[in-house]
Amino acid sequence: MIVGKQKPFEQIWDMVKAYGSILVFGCNTCVAVCHEGGNKEAQILGSLLRLKAKQEGVTIEIQDGGIERQCEHEYFKSVAEDIRKADAVLSMACGAGVQFLGEKFPEKTVLPALNTTFIGVVDAPGVFSERCMMCGDCILHLTGGICPIIRCSKSLMNGPCGGSNKGSCEINSEVPCAWQLIYDRLEGQGRLDLLDAQIPVKNWSHSRDGGPRKQVREDMKTGNETAAGKAA
Amino acid sequence: MSELRSGSNLEKVLKAGHFALTGECGPPKGANIEHLKEKGSHLVGKVDSVNVTDNQTAVVRMSSWAASLILMQMGLEPNFQMVCRDRNRLAMQSDILGVYSVGVRNMLCLSGDHQRFGNHPESKNVYDLDSMQLLSMVKTMRDDGKFLNGEDIDKNPKLFIGAACNPFAEPSAFRVRRLAKKIAAGADFVQTQCIYNMDRFREFMKQVVDMGLHERCYILAGLTPMKSVGMAKHMAKSVPGMDVPDSIIKRLEGAGKGKVAEEGIKITLEQIEEFKQMEGIAGVHLMAIEWEHRVPEIAERAGLLPRPKVE
Repeated sequence: MIVGKQKPFEQIWDMVKAYGSILVFGCNTCVAVCHEGGNKEAQILGSLLRLKAKQEGVTIEIQDGGIERQCEHEYFKSVAEDIRKADAVLSMACGAGVQFLGEKFPEKTVLPALNTTFIGVVDAPGVFSERCMMCGDCILHLTGGICPIIRCSKSLMNGPCGGSNKGSCEINSEVPCAWQLIYDRLEGQGRLDLLDAQIPVKNWSHSRDGGPRKQVREDMKTGNETAAGKAA
Repeated sequence: MSELRSGSNLEKVLKAGHFALTGECGPPKGANIEHLKEKGSHLVGKVDSVNVTDNQTAVVRMSSWAASLILMQMGLEPNFQMVCRDRNRLAMQSDILGVYSVGVRNMLCLSGDHQRFGNHPESKNVYDLDSMQLLSMVKTMRDDGKFLNGEDIDKNPKLFIGAACNPFAEPSAFRVRRLAKKIAAGADFVQTQCIYNMDRFREFMKQVVDMGLHERCYILAGLTPMKSVGMAKHMAKSVPGMDVPDSIIKRLEGAGKGKVAEEGIKITLEQIEEFKQMEGIAGVHLMAIEWEHRVPEIAERAGLLPRPKVE
C-alpha cells in the first residue's frame, strides 16, 4: 500500500490560513492504514486547525469530510457539492489522490496535507517500511523475493557493497542490508547459486526515467476519463 | 593473460611477474593544482600507478579525470577511479572514452560511498549501473568495441580494468564468490580494502587460491599505515567495512609518545613482507592518506625500490 505522513502542522497551517473556507478531505484506503490521511485523521486535523484559527484570531470556515479513495471517479459523486463550496481543499490523500481531485475540480485550489513517502508494508502496528519503488521491471525472482533496487541504499543488483556490516547497511545500523537478507533467504532455500550469475544492466525506461507511465486495459475501457487523463 | 590488454605500466609490471606497488592520491577540495602536484611529486618513480579517487567518501573534489591528467603530466601513471554514484551510463561511457583519449590506461570500477557520508547528503544518487555491471561495460567497450546499447565504438578504449574487494565485509561467506563474479565480469586486477586483520585475510586468500581466482586476476593487497591511535580507533569504529583488531590498537598504544607513527609504518612493513610470500598476492596497494610524503620511505624500507621498468 501507499504510505504517507502528515506534513508538519505549522506548514499545513501556513498553506490554509489565507483561505476563507477549507475542506479537510480524507482518503480512507491506503493512507488510512498508516493513520495519517484517513477520514478519521481528517476529522482530527480539522479540529486542530479550528483550534489554531481560534488561537490566531483568524476566521476560516473549516469543514472535514472524506471518501473511500481520491484516485477513482466513482467515490466523488456524493461529495462534489462540499468540494465546490470550499475555497480550497486540503487533501489528505497521497500525491495521486491530490492530483486526481484537482483534475476533477480544476477551478478548485487543492493543497497537500501529506508527504507521500513510499509503497510499503505494515511491519507491526504503527510500523511501516518500504518495499517497492515501482521500477516497472521486477527482478524478485532472481533475488529471493527481496528487492535490492529499493532496499539496498545503492540499488546494487549483484551483491553487497563493502559496507555491509553485521546485517546492517553502511548508511545506518537501523537499516538492514538488503543483500544480507537476500543471502540469508537464498541460503535457507539452498539457492545461493542464483547469486553467481550477473544480473544485467537494468532497463530503466520502464521506471519513471522513461517518462510518466500509463497503462490501458482495452477490455475494461468505458470512457469517463478526466481531461488530464485524456490528454496524457 | 597472454597479450597486453591495455599496455599500461601497471599491467606490464604485473605481467612480467614483479611484485607491484600502487599508491593513491586524492584530488584537492578545490582547484588547488599546486597541492595536488606537491602530493603527486612524492610518488613519481616510487609506485607503478597511482589511484586517483573519484569524489571519495562522497565529498566533492576536483574530478578524477582532471586530476589523473595533471598527475600524468608529472610522469605518474594514473589509475582513474570511477564510482557508480554520480554518473549514468551516458556520462560513464563518455568519460571512459575521454580519459582513454588523453592517455589514461588503468581504471578502477567502484560502487562509491553513499552520499549520506559526504558533504552533499541531500543529493540524488544515480546507480544506473552497479560496479559489477560497470566492469562488464568497460570490458565490452574494450574487447568488443561496443557501447552498452550494442552500437559500435569508433576506436576502443584499451583499459586495464580494476575492481575493489573487501574481504572483511559481510556476508563473509559471499565475499570470495563476489570476487569471482567481478573477475568474470571483467576485472583484470583487484585492489583490496585496507587489511589489518591478517588472520582473516589469510583465510580469505586460501579460499581465493583454492578457487584459482589468483590465476585469472592480479590481486593487490590494500594497506594504509596508521598515523595515530586516534586514526586506528576511528577506522575500527566509524569506517564502513573496516576490520581493525584490538591487537593493532594495543600495539600502537604501547609504542609510546612520538613513536606511534613509526610503529604504524613497522606494522605495514611486516605486512608487506608477508604479502611478498603469500600465494596469490601480486603486489600491494598503499593508501597513505594525506601521507604521500612517507611513501618513498615506506617503499624503500620494504625493499620495493627502485620500481621495475618493463618495456
